[in-house]
This record gives sequence, C-alpha cells and structure tokens, in this order.
Amino acid sequence: MLANFAGVLFDGIAYGSLLFLISVGLSVTMGMMNFINLAHGAFAMLGGYVSVTLLSALGVPFLASLPLAFIASAVVGLVLERLLYRRLYKASHLDQVLFSIGLTFMSVAAATYFFGPTQQPVTLPEWLRGQVHILGLDVGAYRVFLIGVVVLVTIALGLLIERTRFGAQIRASVDNQTASAGLGINVSLVFSLTFALGSGLAGLGGGLGIDVLGLDPSFPIKYMVYFLLVVAVGGAGTIKGPLVAALILGVFDVAGKYYVPEIGAFVIYALMVVLLILFPAGLIRRKA
Amino acid sequence: MNAMTDTLKPATVAKTTMTTIPTAHLNLPNDRWRPLEIVFWLLPIAAYFAFPGYLVLISQIMIIGLFALSLDLILGYAGIVSLGHAAFFGLGAYTAGLLAVHGWGEPLSGLLAGAVVAGIFGFIVSFLVVRGQDLTRLMVTLGICLMLHEAANKASWLTGGVDGLSGMMVGNLFGRFEFDLNGTVAFWYSFAVLFILFVVLRRLVKSPFGLSLIGIREGVRRMPSLGVNVNRRLIAIYTVSAVIAGVAGGLLAQTTQFVGLDSLGFPRSAELLIMLVLGGTGRLYGALIGAAVFMVAQDYISGLNPAYWQFYIGLLLALIVLFARGGILGGLEKLAAGFKSKKEAA
Repeated sequence: MLANFAGVLFDGIAYGSLLFLISVGLSVTMGMMNFINLAHGAFAMLGGYVSVTLLSALGVPFLASLPLAFIASAVVGLVLERLLYRRLYKASHLDQVLFSIGLTFMSVAAATYFFGPTQQPVTLPEWLRGQVHILGLDVGAYRVFLIGVVVLVTIALGLLIERTRFGAQIRASVDNQTASAGLGINVSLVFSLTFALGSGLAGLGGGLGIDVLGLDPSFPIKYMVYFLLVVAVGGAGTIKGPLVAALILGVFDVAGKYYVPEIGAFVIYALMVVLLILFPAGLIRRKA
Repeated sequence: MNAMTDTLKPATVAKTTMTTIPTAHLNLPNDRWRPLEIVFWLLPIAAYFAFPGYLVLISQIMIIGLFALSLDLILGYAGIVSLGHAAFFGLGAYTAGLLAVHGWGEPLSGLLAGAVVAGIFGFIVSFLVVRGQDLTRLMVTLGICLMLHEAANKASWLTGGVDGLSGMMVGNLFGRFEFDLNGTVAFWYSFAVLFILFVVLRRLVKSPFGLSLIGIREGVRRMPSLGVNVNRRLIAIYTVSAVIAGVAGGLLAQTTQFVGLDSLGFPRSAELLIMLVLGGTGRLYGALIGAAVFMVAQDYISGLNPAYWQFYIGLLLALIVLFARGGILGGLEKLAAGFKSKKEAA
C-alpha cells in the first residue's frame, strides 16, 4: 500500500514537473505582458512534432532532438511575438483570448494536415525503457530522466533569472515597464526574448512529454486547461508559483485517476475550482 | 440610413454624450422598434418559403442564435468573459432530453424544466464568477464546463456517455402539432421561442438595469458610487443568461431528438464566442447574424473538409481581432457613419 502510494506520488511528480516545464513560459508571459495566451499548448505541440519527425524520419538521437525541439519552438515563438502578439499587449483580455483561440485552431488544423489525426508513436532509446530501482521503489526509468531534466532546467532558469543581467532586466520589466524603459532597458526586446524562451521551454516539454502526454493534433486544446490551470492556480509572473501548482495538480491528477478512476478527471477540476476560490490571485503572489 | 445606424448601434454610451451636456432623453430607455428590425424578423419567414429544403438548418441557426444571445448578455453587455457557456446549454439539453426519454414528452414544460435547471445552476455558479477577474473567471467557467462534460461522460447509464442520449419521445406541440421530418413544426417552434425571448431580452437590455450593466462593463469602479450593487447585478444577468442558454439547449434537444456529449464540450463554447464576435458584441442582433453566417459557412465548408474548416475559422478569428473589431455589424456601422459624415460634409 505504502509502496503503491509512493509510486503514485512519484508518477505525479514526474507528470507535474512536465506540466511545470511547459507552463512556466506561460506564467512569465502572462505576468510580464498581461497576455492571456491560450495558444501556448501549440508551441508544446510544435516541439513534440519536431522531436518525433527528427527521431523517426531523420534518425537523430533522442537527446539531440530535445534541444532542436526547444530551438524550433523558440524561433517560431519569436517570429509570432514580433509579428502578431505584440499588437495585442494593450488589447482587452477578450481580444487576446479570441486571438489565441484562433491561433490554436489553426495549429490544430495544420497539424492534422501535415501529420494526420492519429497519435504519434515515439521510440525511446534502450536506456530509458523499463524500470529502475531507487530507494526500494521500482519506478519508470523515463520518469526519473524526466524529473532530472526538469530539475536541471529549473535550476538553470532560476540562475538565469536571479543571477544574470538579462534576468534582472526580466524582473525589472515584469515589475514596472515604464521605469525599466526609463532606465535604458530595451523592454520590447526583453519581451520578445522572454516569449521565445517560454515558447522554447514549452517545445522542450512537448518533445519530452510525448511518452507521458501523447501527441496528436488535439494536444493544444486537450491540455490547454492544464497549462492555464498551473498558471492561474500558481499565480502569474513567478516561477515558484507554477512549480508548486504544477506539482500539486500533477500528484492529484495521477492519484485521482489511479484511486478513483470512475470519477476520473473530476478531481483536478474540482481541485482547481476550490483553489481558485480560496486564492483568486494564485497561490504565490508576485512581490510588488 | 438614419434608422439603420440607430438600429445597429452598439449598446455603448458614446463618448460624445459624455463630454457634451447629456440630454435627458438619450439615457432614458427607448425600445421603439425600428423598421430595419422588423425587416430583420421577416427574414426567417421569408427563408421558410424560399428554402423549404433547409428548414432543419434554419431552425438550428435560430437555436444557436438564441444561445449566442445568452452569451451576448454577459459578454457584450456586462463584460464577463466566459469560456464555458456550453455548460448551461448542455444542462438544458440533457434536462429536456432526459425528461423526454423517461416519458415526459410535453415540449413546453420540458423546455421550462431545462431553463429552470440551467438557471439554478447558473445562479450558483455566478457567485464564483463574480469573485475573480478575467483570468480567474475564464478558468472557473471553463473548469465548471469541463466538470459537467466529464460528469456526463462518466454517467453513461444516465446520459448515454459518448454515444449521446437518444430514444427521446417528444410529444406534440400543444398536444396537436407533431414534430415532422421536414422540420416544419420545429421551425415555427424555434422561431416563436426565439422571437418571444428576444423581445424580452431587448426590453431588458434597454432598461435601466441593462444600462447599468453597460456601466459595469465600461467602468466597474464608478458604479458603486452611483448606488449600484455590482455583484448583485452581475449575478442577476448571469442567471438570466444561463436560463436562456438552457432554453436553447432544450430546444436543440427537442427538435433534433438527440443530445450529444459535444453539447457540453469546450469547442462549443469557443465556437459560440466566435459567432458572437463575428456578428458583433453588445447589440443582440450581432449574436443572431453571427450565428447565421457562421453556421451557413460551416455547413458549406465543413462539407468539403472538416479540418480546413477549423483552419479558416481560426484565421478568421485572428483577423477579426487584429483588423475588424466589432464584427459584421461594427463594420456596417462604420460604413454607415462614413456615409453620414460624407453627406454632412457635402
């Protein structure tokens, strides 16, 4: 029973860390530009398709496909931000929602057109299959790898934001755009780069997550709720907030589906409504 | 021309009236029917005689138009962004559908039951909706809709799950008119319900209550100082909107004798938003025109290829947001205003 529970907890954490990886970019863009981007999942899907194509059609090794998924999504994110998104920073939330739903629908249709409506298969390398034995627990090797990658990325992200000049510029722009611009920070460039970074992380998450989340054209719509959930529950504009929220949601979702399969996805939606009522501004507020 | 601009004007308090001395009659409720509105309502009747082969599609346009009207009340007037309005539509549809499956086939009372169930649920949900801001509202409405969708999916013994609810025995309207295969009775039934509810809603949004909703949308912080209890008004309009959505759902269930799981799905909520924005928000007529254009296009294009349809609707949405805020009616209005100013200049 206890081992069973630990296994569920572990899977939940793996799932949650994947959600975090995909959603953290959304959190930063939402907090920074006050932009509700429902199309964020489309960047994750793009990363997934890039990764699948590289693996199966071009025979690129698995580990090499991940950075390429990151780069592809980041570049597309940068281009879209420069061409389209920035026009809507000052628009109403309704406009942003509509625009990003439009983008989502287009991405779904485009993915169906190019890759067909079916689930994409992924073949993991030998060393990531099967189980490994950690602390008396048998856990999936891929999930250990997943958690490892996310921990590394989170540490790198934390260092980037807390320790570098660019990170300081991001923090300053989130806090007060006008004052930052007055201090000579190129806020618009910071926005673009941050958006690209967030999209790239989503793409990396999409590439990593094929084995866990699956990959088909309905991906951006199917998981949109989860990504938004992580941000809305965690509080936009922070990194800690989405991390905590993603882990909570991941664990509860896996536990709910494991212990009470008959009510399935109910657990997570109920949890979300409760959390949003208790913390309308998110679990962790950004310091003003 | 004058009549047209007046009719199609969005329900905003124009900036000019704010800066000039407001004349009293401008803000008083004025719900006199314009000639163009009467022409508009003769269109479905004309369509009935002109396209007798498309009665089913026309009925569905009117039903979805009613659904879009319900969203216009909260989005166009009160400014509440909802991504889960299908919840109430689905509730109304399943209520009317389940009653008909279990022997209560009388259509009008079934419709009423759907409206009541949706209304009660809407009233409860409204307390959650008024709490948050845009993002929280979006998530709460979306989450509740997904919860209902999941519930209907899991409770397949009751709702038929993914296969949908079938086997409805809808009785005769007024005990006399049988729902026929051509859709004649369904057409008149939908038309009558839509028209009656439209008249009521039209009166509602032109009343002081409707104006206060616009006030809340335009400046929520100022409304309390005018003595308006903002939350109570939002709760009221949200409940009304849920009732209307429930009626629309019930109508669709009764006229098609089927309720699919998709009546609660996210795509339905999203499509509803698209229709409303396409037609133009905050004018009631925008909802109807948007629904008509959307559904005729869907009928035509998705016949060619469903995947293309989704691409084009996404593109259309992005283009509307970037270049054509106000939708079809907003565009017409700009044209009309352009003509008018030219005339005045000449």
